[in-house]
Formats: sequence, C-alpha cells, structure tokens
Amino acid sequence: MPDLLIELFSEEIPARMQRRAGEDLKKRMTDGLIEAGLTYAGAHALSTPRRLTLAVDGLLAASPTVREERKGPKVGAPDKAIEGFLRGAGLTRDQLEERDTPKGAIYFASIEKPGRPAADIIAEVLETTIRNFPWPKSMRWGTGSLKWVRPLHSILCLLSDEAGSEVVPLDIDGIVSGNSTRGHRFMAPDAFIVTGFDDYSAKLKRAFVVLDPAERAEAIWQDATNQAFANGLEVVEDKGLLAEVSGLVEFPVVLMGEIDAEFLSLPPEVLQTSMREHQKFFSVRNPKTNRIERFITVANRDTADNGATILAGNQKVLSARLADAKFFWENDLRVAKEGMVTWTEALSNVTFHNKLGTQSERINRIAALAREIAPSVGADPDLAEQAANVAKADLSSEMVYEFPELQGLMGRYYAEAAGLPQEVANACEAHYSPLGPSDDVPSEAVSVAVALADKLDTLTGFWAIDEKPTGSKDPFALRRAALGVIRLVLENDACIGLYDFFVECIGKLAIQKLGDELVDLLYQNKSGPELKQDLEDAHGFLCQFGVWKEVLEADFSVNGLEKHNQNGNLSEQEWRLLSVASLDLVFAEAKCSFSSFAEKTDWSNPVNLGRECAAKELVEVVQRFAADLLSFFHDRLKVFLREQGIRHDVIDACIAMDGNDDLTLLVKRARALEDFMKSDDGTNLLQGYKRANNILTQAEAKDGVEYSYGGDVKFAEEPAEIALFEALALSEGAISSALNAEDFAAAMGSMAALRAPIDAFFESVQVNSDNPVVRRNRLNLLHQIRQICGQVADLTVVEG
Amino acid sequence: MTQINGAPRSFQEIILRLQSYWASKGCAMLQPYDMEVGAGTFHPATTLRSLGSTPWAAAYVQPSRRPTDGRYGENPNRLQHYYQYQVLIKPSPPNLQELYLGSLAAIGIDMELHDIRFVEDDWESPTLGAWGLGWEVWCDGMEVSQFTYFQQVGGYDCAPVSGELTYGLERLAMYVLGVDHVMDMPFNDPDAPIPMTYGDIFKQTEEEYARWNFDTANTEVLLRHFEEAEVECAMILSQPAEDPKTGKRIVMAHPAYDQCIKASHIFNLLDARGVISVTERQAYIGRVRALAKQCADAFVQTTAGGWAA
Repeated sequence: MPDLLIELFSEEIPARMQRRAGEDLKKRMTDGLIEAGLTYAGAHALSTPRRLTLAVDGLLAASPTVREERKGPKVGAPDKAIEGFLRGAGLTRDQLEERDTPKGAIYFASIEKPGRPAADIIAEVLETTIRNFPWPKSMRWGTGSLKWVRPLHSILCLLSDEAGSEVVPLDIDGIVSGNSTRGHRFMAPDAFIVTGFDDYSAKLKRAFVVLDPAERAEAIWQDATNQAFANGLEVVEDKGLLAEVSGLVEFPVVLMGEIDAEFLSLPPEVLQTSMREHQKFFSVRNPKTNRIERFITVANRDTADNGATILAGNQKVLSARLADAKFFWENDLRVAKEGMVTWTEALSNVTFHNKLGTQSERINRIAALAREIAPSVGADPDLAEQAANVAKADLSSEMVYEFPELQGLMGRYYAEAAGLPQEVANACEAHYSPLGPSDDVPSEAVSVAVALADKLDTLTGFWAIDEKPTGSKDPFALRRAALGVIRLVLENDACIGLYDFFVECIGKLAIQKLGDELVDLLYQNKSGPELKQDLEDAHGFLCQFGVWKEVLEADFSVNGLEKHNQNGNLSEQEWRLLSVASLDLVFAEAKCSFSSFAEKTDWSNPVNLGRECAAKELVEVVQRFAADLLSFFHDRLKVFLREQGIRHDVIDACIAMDGNDDLTLLVKRARALEDFMKSDDGTNLLQGYKRANNILTQAEAKDGVEYSYGGDVKFAEEPAEIALFEALALSEGAISSALNAEDFAAAMGSMAALRAPIDAFFESVQVNSDNPVVRRNRLNLLHQIRQICGQVADLTVVEG
Repeated sequence: MTQINGAPRSFQEIILRLQSYWASKGCAMLQPYDMEVGAGTFHPATTLRSLGSTPWAAAYVQPSRRPTDGRYGENPNRLQHYYQYQVLIKPSPPNLQELYLGSLAAIGIDMELHDIRFVEDDWESPTLGAWGLGWEVWCDGMEVSQFTYFQQVGGYDCAPVSGELTYGLERLAMYVLGVDHVMDMPFNDPDAPIPMTYGDIFKQTEEEYARWNFDTANTEVLLRHFEEAEVECAMILSQPAEDPKTGKRIVMAHPAYDQCIKASHIFNLLDARGVISVTERQAYIGRVRALAKQCADAFVQTTAGGWAA
C-alpha cells in the first residue's frame, strides 16, 4: 500500500492562516481521493510559514473497478429512445442484454468503470485542490493567473512503497511537481531530494525546519518558561500569541530581554499590549511585584553570537515603541489631570451612528439614563451621572487611539489621575462589561448603573431607528447588549421595570431627533416652493427614523380626530409633518415623562387639533416599539434560562404575567415554578387545574357567560366540595400575601396544598349537576381555582 | 558593479548602496517626483506604471510628507518629512524575495547575525483605490520594508502583477548605523571635512513645518485648493483624446494625475490642521479616490498604459 507525500512550498504564508490551510488541504485531498474510490489508512497535515504538508498513509494503489447495471427501454422501443440510452451508457446495441421481466423484455446495460492508478487520481485531485483552495485572501503574481496566498514556488508530490518512490506528475501553470524541497531560508537554503515522509521530515529537521506547528509551539513555551523560571519570573500566558509566533518561524529560538527601567512605570496592560501587538513579544512578569519586567521574543534562527545582535535589535525597537507609549501616557495624564475636558469636547465631533448622532449626544443620553436607573441599583445618582459623563472620554485619548483594545481600562487610569471618586473610575472600565457570556458582571452600584444605561441606550436607540438584528445579522451586537442587561439585572438582583425605561428612552430620542431636524423649519417664515422643499426634505429624513416613519404614515383618525388641515395649500404629507413639527417644544413645555406628555398637555386651542392627534400617535408608536423591544428581551431571556435548565413553557407561563419587564421578578417566579413543576404536587395540581379550566372554558363557551361570580359554600352539597371551598379560602390569602412579598416558593407551596382537595373534588363530585343552581355554583368554584392559581403563573401554557 | 564592503557609515551611503544594488539588478534609476506626496507609491512611476502590460523596472528615492507625523524634530523616529526608497518591477520576478534580501546584504545587514522575517501585512491605499498582498519585513523585530504584490490600482486588476518594495530610509539607516535619534544620524561621511548630521539638515525644517502644518496653514485656502485641484483634474480629463493643435492623440493622464496628487496632499494637510471630522474624512478620501480612478482610466488609454490604436 503506497504512501503519499505532498508539500506545497511558497513564500511566507500568514501565520493566522497556516493551521486552517493544513486542515483544508487534508480535507479537500482526502475527500477527493475517497470520492474517486481511493481509500487510505490515515492522513495528517502539517505547516510552516513556507510550506503546507500532507502525508497520507496506506493508499490503495489504484481505485477498484466498478460495475454498474442500468435498466434501459423496452425491447422494441423506438430507436430514438434506445440510441439515447446507448449514448448515456457509452455502449453499442450488441453489448446490451435482453432480459424478461414481468413488464416484458427490457434492455439492460452492464457498464464497467475500470479502476485508475492512484497517481492519476492524485494528480487530478491535487490540481483541483490547488486551483480552488479556500484561502481567506489570495493573490496573483508575475504574469500568471494562478491564485495562491503568496507566490507558490514548488510542488512536491511523491507516491512511495517498498519498491521505492515516484513523483506524481503534475504541471500547474508551469509549476512542475517533483521530489525536492528546501530547508530553512537562511540556515539551509539548498534544495534536496526526499523519498517519503520519514526521509522528508528527518532531512527537514537537519535543515533547521521543525515541521509540526504543535512541536514548535511546545518548544517555544517550554524554553520561554524555563528561561523565565531561571530568573524567578513567569511568562504571561497568551495562547493566541503562541500560535501566531509558531507560525512565524521554522526554527524557533527563544530569547529573553529586559525592558528599560524608564518604562516600568507604565501600566502593565500598556506594556503587554504594546509588546504583543507591535512586536509579538511575550510579557515576563515578576510574581512578587506583579510588574512586567522582561520580554520574550522568538527568532527564526541560531547565530554565532547566540542571538546577542538579534536581542539588542529587538530591545532597541521595543524602547522606541515604549517611548511612544510613554509619550501618549504622559500626554494623556496631562489632559486627564485637567479634567478630560478636551476629550469630552472632541467626542462631539465623532459620529456614533448617522441616525443616532455624535458620541457626545449619546453620552448625554447615557448620563441622564444612568441617573434615573441609579436608585434601582442602589447607586448615588450624582456619581452615576458623573461616571457616565466621563466613561467614554478615553476614546479621545492618544493611548486608546493607538490601542483600541485598551478602551475602558485607560479610562479607569485617567479617571483616577483626574482625582475622580474611585467608583467613577471603576465604572469607566467596568461599564463595558459583560461583553461575552463568560465575562464577569460588574457589581459595584455605580458601574452597574452606567453599564445598564450604556446598553439600554444602544438597544433603545437602534430599536427607535428600526435597526434590529435579523437572522444571523447583528452588526451592532444588540443580542450581546441585551444579554448584558439581563445578566447585569439578574446577577445584581436589581428590580427594574424595563418597559417604562424603553418608552422614555425611545420617546425622548425621537423627540430630540425631531427637534434637531426641524428646529429651523417653523421659524424661517418660508413659504411657497421653499417651504415645500424643506418639508419634503424633513419628511425624507424622518422617514429614515423608524418611529417617525410609523407616526407619519399612521392613520390619525384612529385617535378620534379627523384631518384638520388649516391650510388648504398643504398636502396630506405636509400637513402631517407640520402636525409633528413642534412636538419637541410641546414636550419641553409639558415638563413630564414622555409617556404622559400627550395626556398632560392642554390641547384645547383648535390649532392644536393635528398636534394632539400626532402626539397620541407618537406615544402609541413608541409604546409599540418598546413592547417589541421587551419581547426581544424575553426571547434572549428564554435562551439564557434554557441554558440553565428552565423549561421554555415554564418561562412562557411567567412571561404571561404582569410585571414581566422586571426580569429579576420574572426569573424568581420561573425558578419557583420550575421547582414546583418537578414535584409530584406540582404535576398533579397542574392536572387538576387544567381539568378545572377545561370544564369551565367549555361551559362558558356553551352557556355564553363568564362564571366569575364567586361560588358560595352554602350551595355546596358534597363533603369534597365543601372541603375545596375551605381550602381555596385558606390558600387564597396565603398565596396573595406570599405574592405580595414576592415569595414565589411560598406561593407555590400554598398552591400545592390545593392539590389534594382538587383531586378529591374531581373524584367524587360531578360538576354538571342536574340542579342548575348547584351546577352554576360549582362552575363558579372552578373559576376560583383558575383565578387563584392564575395569580401565580399562566398555568394554561405549561405542558404536562 | 563592485560590491562595497563593510558597514556603511552614513545615511547617504545607504542610499548610494541601494541605488547601485538595484541598478546592478537592471532597474532604471529614476529621480524623486517633483511634487509633495505622502509616500513613494504616489510617484507616477509606481501608481500609473503598475497599470497595463508594459514591463517596467524602476527604483528611486522619494521625499515623502506626512503632516500629522510632525513632532518638531523631537521624537527619535517620527518626521513629517522623510525619505522612502521605492522599487517597482513588473512583472514581479520569481526571485524577488532573494533580490530584496540581497539589497539588505548590500547595505551591510549580515544575514548570519540578524533575524529577518516576512510578517503578513496586506497593503491598501484607500485614496489610490489600490490594494495588494505581501508582508512587512522585520529585521530583529523592526519593520524595515514593505513588500507588496500589487493586485489592483485605481480600480484596475494588475496584469501582470508588479512587485513593490518600499524601504523607510531613516528607520532602516538608523538601525544599520546604530543611531538612537534620527537627528543624530550622520548624513554624510562622519570623516568628511564638513560632517553633517540629519539634524543639521532637517531639525529646523521639522520645527517650521510642524508649526505650519498643525497651527498656521490657512485652511480656507487649502479647502479652496482642494476643490480647484478636483475641478482642474476633471477639466483635463474631459478634453478629447486628439489634440486640436498637433492633431496627435494626447491623453493627458499625467497632468491630471498631478492634480490628484495635489488633492491628496492638501487633504493630509487639512487632516493635520484637525478640521476634518471623522465623518467628512471618508468623504474626502472618496473624492481623492475618484480622481485616482479617473487618472487610471485615462492612463490605460495611453501608449504607456498599453493602449494600441
């Protein structure tokens, strides 16, 4: 059984692509071989910066001959049909066999596909693989049209067995396959011939090439940690960097150098980021002081001076880099100590999103919101507002401009330097969290308030302009933001009615954007075509903004007001626009919450007729958007809770209850219900409840009345009936007071006490009694079950 | 060509050695382009000549200006005016990497002692509508060159592909000469009767230009010039191919491209003056790119650009 060795030798392949490319080579080659009937025992892919290598063991020497039988037309079928069949099968008529079948005599063709030698198949599959290789980015070079990640120089393709080895002949745009390769670019540049994988890897080793990326990574890490350890230090772990560095060398040589003392005062994160991003150095830490004191670099060669020149060069480059970082740090500290005013001012020139305004406008919104949220999370409103105002100031700093990944962290350092309260400084860093599902959630109250405000502003903003995530597209990471809010609320046990915040945020944003766009419109005393053009432009702008689009397209008559077009020259569209045009002023005058401004405003002046209509429409649209956002939250929450083992129907039963925008309450309820439903009492009570509910619903449908009158124990005849009356009376009070105290477990416990009386009732009592008074009383009793249990959760949607 | 032995001793010796090395490899030794540009790539010998199928091999020094990088001559590495060494060969030869390494050896970098690495760096010039794949070349962790295989310029696929090498001369020379601050670098031979450092020549100009770039340049005038360059470029390109005076076909791709270069540099100046907001930035870049694209369109209508009657 022959073995196959392939090496694709090129100019330097980007480190981040090597491993994947090795896997792609393996997959595409082996899939192609298998498809052509060439099975194999094993395959493995390896890579270095200059080569992709694939070794396939135990290949078949040739693909097996395949015989296929095809059923053709009937004997005596038209010639055309028979000829078509012959063409398809590649046979002549005398090669067909006539066979009698229950449906008459039919032609059969027996087609033999002869096996092909492995080399033919390999050459074909390899050419297809090379020509269609899935590089993230590929290029042409010279005069050719072949595409590869960087110029491809040679192809080694060798089939070997006990008898020896032979080159699989292949010519791709002038690159002819062969049996030779080259060693390390500088240490062993000459070409050499190989006979098979073992020979190949042994010779490469002698030619200073470590073929296996895992082996290179392992060697680098071993040597780095040893050198650090020998000096009482430790290497800061960085798996991503290790993988990258192993992809930059064929012959790794680890060198440890010192960081100039003048830079040791820089924040460790800055040292680490600068060294990793610019130089691909590992940081070496002194475990006693936790300071980064040295660096590790990985060279691609041995030298006569044991790397002294290389290390000196690297050290010099690092000093220049860190001098930059120090320059940024010192400049930034100066601005910070002056109160960061230049930074916050600069943010008014930075666009956050073209429909949502500048970073400054966004920060103002977040600050106002943080102030309002603060009491619900136990934060001081002044501190929360102050923190929100400076939390993004570092986006204008030189350090963050250079290293965007340090945003937030630098904010903390600079806020500290500015002498701001520690909670404020902490919030600058923590308010971005949690970013991922495994990220820690901030717990300090001020941080929680700003983190919530930041995320809620983003969510309500994008909701207002109708930029919601769809399918796999979520360019503004809104799902992540919603999950962040969910975790912030739950892990801090915060009780916040989100819906009202949604309404206020979306409503105020819509009002603000309206003002921004239309502020001049009514005060320029324009008329005629000029006014018409302005109105047209304003309408165009507003219709890009989801909320306004709906308001302007709404049917105003729904609000009980017919069109009141005071100026016959205006079109419907213009009249609508003028109706909304001064709502920002009306809102400002009302000095109340958004949700109540339409109610609280005195619209009695007849000129206000259109405005009142528009204001009410606006509030309704905003409430609809807010409700939609809340249901987006509920969807995220369901995913989140399902991962924690809470059934979706249990969650739905709780979402159906009032107060479902207080996620902490909602989850408490859901957890209690989940526990309850796992108990015997729970499942049995649910049966009883559903039975009661079904009988009641059917009776109500049949009788056309609602049995909500409340039963009376004096009409009860059976002992089980009387017992149920008593049990319900008892548990009703207990359940209400438990619910008032938000003690859902206790409420479920009291509900559990109903199980036995309900079971007993259904066992011995016939609801549909012949006596209509008794029947009505029993139905009213069932209603009491529905009503009492219904306070706890909507049990109708719970399965089981 | 004789190989100069030993380590170079001055900035200019490094330039001279690069010149003689690339001359020995067959490149035409061109001179700098006589306009303000941000990088050697802007020289028409690179931008325009990378288009079309006519073979090309040229090398030159290009003084380059990046107003935002001005540091009043105080930063050891950053200058608003600096030199690039640029090589463009079309089609890219198969041994371009070896040729390049040879140039490093020529300026005294001993491959036996140093660690040379090709690290992924895809090049893109939004203002030129150009991109290519290649590397930044590291010597002992320092970026000493950009190495790019041009794939597209001015929106045109490059066929054949040009290989472009760009050396940041000051940084490279500082490394080779072992100097820590650019202003301390010997410009001519330190043993010359009048030895001069880089600082003797450029410290004062760095200060002057930094002040002008950051605080003094008249932004209204600049904005006007930007627009004038745009208009002029469009006007030039709107002329019919046939020159009414000579009756010859003369597509004025180069004069139009000069206006594109001008607009690009004015944009950089406006940027340094801090009058271009983040949102406007993209729009300005788009306007320069539109000019570059039109110039590329024109160049491929010329003989040098491969146009045949």
